[in-house]
Amino acid sequence: MKLTLKIWRQANASDKGALKTYELDGVSQDMSFLEMLDLLNEQLLHNDEEPVAFDSDCREGICGMCSLMINGEAHGPEVTTTCQLHMRSFKDGDTITIEPWRAASFPIVKDLIVDRSAFDRIIQNGGYISANTGSAPEANSVPAPRDKAMRAFNTATCIGCGACVAACPNGSASLFLGAKITHLGELPQGQPERYSRVQSMLAQHDHEGFGGCTNIGECASACPKEIPLDVISQLNKDLRNSMILG
Amino acid sequence: MRAVATTTLIKGARSTRSTIALKLLMAASGIVFILFVLAHMYGNLKAFSGEMAYNEYAEHLRTFGEPMLPYGGLLWILRIVLLGSLVAHVGSAVALSIRAHAQRPVKYAVKKNKASSLSSRTMRWGGVALLLFVVWHLLQFTIVKVNVGEGGQTPQITENPYQLLINAFQPEQWWMVLIYLASMLALAFHLHHGTFSAIQTLGFTNTAESRARARVAGWVVAIVVAGGFSLVPLFTVFGVIS
Repeated sequence: MKLTLKIWRQANASDKGALKTYELDGVSQDMSFLEMLDLLNEQLLHNDEEPVAFDSDCREGICGMCSLMINGEAHGPEVTTTCQLHMRSFKDGDTITIEPWRAASFPIVKDLIVDRSAFDRIIQNGGYISANTGSAPEANSVPAPRDKAMRAFNTATCIGCGACVAACPNGSASLFLGAKITHLGELPQGQPERYSRVQSMLAQHDHEGFGGCTNIGECASACPKEIPLDVISQLNKDLRNSMILG
Repeated sequence: MRAVATTTLIKGARSTRSTIALKLLMAASGIVFILFVLAHMYGNLKAFSGEMAYNEYAEHLRTFGEPMLPYGGLLWILRIVLLGSLVAHVGSAVALSIRAHAQRPVKYAVKKNKASSLSSRTMRWGGVALLLFVVWHLLQFTIVKVNVGEGGQTPQITENPYQLLINAFQPEQWWMVLIYLASMLALAFHLHHGTFSAIQTLGFTNTAESRARARVAGWVVAIVVAGGFSLVPLFTVFGVIS
């Protein structure tokens, strides 16, 4: 396959940055999207050019490290992470525009790498269950209803990649926040801190500069883990309850 | 581009100062508007029952609740509630829009919309359009009674709600009908997403089924309200209501 790539190049956080066009030949359909970028970087290094900086880690679709806005879609055209996207999703001769996540709360470090530590701070500010350390308790001593346990598991699949923020026209992290609130709020262990959790995590979300949700649903369609929009309703409900009960 | 990334954690969070509190305010005031347009649309349909019924209804709105309320008391209560809701609705919309724009200072070169409806993407400008329409509509029928039709400023017309209506939508002023129909299309768009969004913001869509029901509610409210409102100018311009 032969491709035309338009890639955002930005030397550092204060650089203005611009889209740069590259021609890449010899791309196999079996390559992952990141392997295709590896191929480009080999070519750039060979020509003594600066390779394109992008994030990746596990390359198995489970760590949440990879990102990329590919032709206007977060993680590209398939419902998966960029590392699990393969070049068979593209055609020979395609032009592919690759941009970083665009959000003021995710400042660009270099090229396609953005700083997503705002998500870490949201988790730090209440996105956990306080528990005494020691030996693990007997698993069946705290019963969790099956439906609730399933919902907690499903929302716990959020890998914090930031695709929801990237796809949202408001740059809201409501889907991420809702996934965490639902995940912890469905389990018995999450109940004691339920209302203080939603208040402090939301306050951190707002403090980081993320926008408000307008319920349009771009986030859920961009989510590689298919977190549904109803976690945002759960987030809203928990906040509403916290105003009265918390 | 923001100058510094924050590293501080917020202590003493106040839920009333959050983005979701703004959204709750927007949802609650939006529901006030939905109830109002439903009642207003119902009242307009009295035009099909003729001049007597229509004017009687208009007069009854003013004598409603007497003697507990003064003449026109109910209308003034409604006006105050609506004005308060408008301030809350527009105020929170402006605050949230400013946040949204600040969050994406650099736009995408390519961006696809995959899941969002056209109505959800036109809420902000659609809302501005509706506000302009409401200003014109109040000038035309309530405050100044600007009447563009023949003999529009005579007391026989300005003091008679039914005649005011008939006069506004005569075939010579076909463009007035178009303005109203276009505004009702804008209202339908706004209600289609707004109804769903309000239900979701209030936290009543925690399953796929309840979310689907909220979407249906959006369609129903949009079609019933905008459709019901559109009937009156349409049937007037074609001479069924005269």
